[in-house]
Amino acid sequence: MRNWLVRDVLGITVISAILIGLSYLLGWLPIPGMAYYNRVIVTIGINIILAVSLNIINGHAGQFSMGHAGFMAVGAYTSAYLTYFHFQPFLATMKEGPAQFAMQQVLFLAALLAGGGIAALAGWLVGLPSLRLRGDYLAIVTLGFGEIIRVLILNIDKIGGARGLAGVPAFANFFWVYLFVCIVVIVSWRLIRSQVGRAFLAVREDEIAAEAMGVNTTHYKVQAFVIGSFFAGIAGGLLGHYLVYLNPGMFQFTKSFEAIVMVVLGGMGSISGAVLAAVILSVALEALRFVKEAFGLTADPRMVIYAIVLILLMRLRPQGVLGNREIGSFFRRRNGRSE
Amino acid sequence: MTILNVLDAQGVTIRFGGLTAVSEFNLSIRPTELVGLIGPNGAGKTTVFNMLTGVYKPTEGEIRVNGVDTKSLKACDITKLGAARTFQNIRVFKTLSLLDNVRIGGHIHYKYSWADSVLHSVKFREHEEQAAQEAIELLSIFDLAHRAHDEARSLPYGDQRRLEIARALAAKPKLLLLDEPAAGLNTGETAGLMAQIHEIRDRFGIAVLIIEHNMELVMGICERILVLNYGKTIAQGHPEAIQNDPVVIEAYLGEPADA
Repeated sequence: MRNWLVRDVLGITVISAILIGLSYLLGWLPIPGMAYYNRVIVTIGINIILAVSLNIINGHAGQFSMGHAGFMAVGAYTSAYLTYFHFQPFLATMKEGPAQFAMQQVLFLAALLAGGGIAALAGWLVGLPSLRLRGDYLAIVTLGFGEIIRVLILNIDKIGGARGLAGVPAFANFFWVYLFVCIVVIVSWRLIRSQVGRAFLAVREDEIAAEAMGVNTTHYKVQAFVIGSFFAGIAGGLLGHYLVYLNPGMFQFTKSFEAIVMVVLGGMGSISGAVLAAVILSVALEALRFVKEAFGLTADPRMVIYAIVLILLMRLRPQGVLGNREIGSFFRRRNGRSE
Repeated sequence: MTILNVLDAQGVTIRFGGLTAVSEFNLSIRPTELVGLIGPNGAGKTTVFNMLTGVYKPTEGEIRVNGVDTKSLKACDITKLGAARTFQNIRVFKTLSLLDNVRIGGHIHYKYSWADSVLHSVKFREHEEQAAQEAIELLSIFDLAHRAHDEARSLPYGDQRRLEIARALAAKPKLLLLDEPAAGLNTGETAGLMAQIHEIRDRFGIAVLIIEHNMELVMGICERILVLNYGKTIAQGHPEAIQNDPVVIEAYLGEPADA
């Protein structure tokens, strides 16, 4: 009985086909400045992956991590190292054509997965000692580890150090980013509707009770951390191959905060909330670029307005846009069914 | 042939700094026995519970659950040996549904990995089906099945206590430890609870250890009672014997004035 595998492979194929169709549509649309909009759409996708993956750690397992940018950096640099130093030269030896194109996609996927894998390994190494701590202490330690990773990369000359790594192959595109958006959402969704996800929630709700019910709390905290780090690594890999440039400065703790803001704003523990907040914040940051021109200001008030919006939202809706619920539950309740 | 005791505690002592909270605690529980643990406030009852379930490690002594020494085990491993508990100050998973609460209770029985969860493997489906079915059955026993999808915090206090018992039973324990199950319940609810504890014992064939201040409940259902005072076991025996034991009366009411 391998029906389930067939169904999932079919599902991924359908999603891929739709995404390829959409990416052609986006390329074809005769809108002026479409390249810019494309870039915004891809950025939104990468932010969704970041927010949803951090939500597994912060929202579901309740472990306040502030080092997400560090794991993103590990994934970004690992995959870029592979494509820049190994895969790109190899592809250059191939004849141009469909075979080369197909090979490029396969190698890119391999590089992304390797980046995610090494980020997951880093998550495991960092998580194992630090997840013994709770609350503020854990936050500070993960913040520290995130910075340590960044400073380590800053000092490795082979991958550019402070100069950054220019000329990362431009393998990432709308298709790859949104394929992983779909994957991270599905993985997170399925996890939370299983005993594994319920164990995460139990740890978040009450560690002592969880332990008394036979849940090995350390094991599940680390597991959530590793899964979250894996997808942070993937997001990093996608970012590097989209911007074709990496710099340790891109992964400062402010990047971790951006992801935290998305998770908190969407509602801790809500997957659809994380997606929604990632979209809203990414769009808001871009939309606010026009304020300076529109009002003829000399200084850019973008970040000031952004901050005010955040403060207002937290004042008016401290539990986040969706609270800890999913977007679907709001519609179901209206129909009189409770779940 | 001897029947294996579900619990054997020998000479269990715990000290916090200079304070000996519990000293030389001995207790053996046979399968399907209903045992009460009583004593004035601060006598060390909950400390005993915390040691039996691995929250605290005893300074001295040995605790065996189903014959296995629990010395080097974590709390979650002791649950796997067959000892599940409730808490004095309710610890249900507040924002989770009743169904999820009970399913987490059965955590040790539904074994599949994150990969099974993500791929929705056959193993995942079988275990999930079983988990949902068992959880609904348990909730039905406590008349909570109709609220299976509500958040636990939306339940009234008494129902939260019952949910906690249902959650503990989901672990399919051999020994159920109830820490003040009647605290905060009114007379009617307490009577219902007494009947329910009896029913649970008969239905699941498990031993129950109860900490309780409500004498009516303890005397009514326990087959054996142990009295703690200042960490020491001052009496042990049948309910009637305990009720008339001068040492116990003194511990609760103080010394007679004419003594």
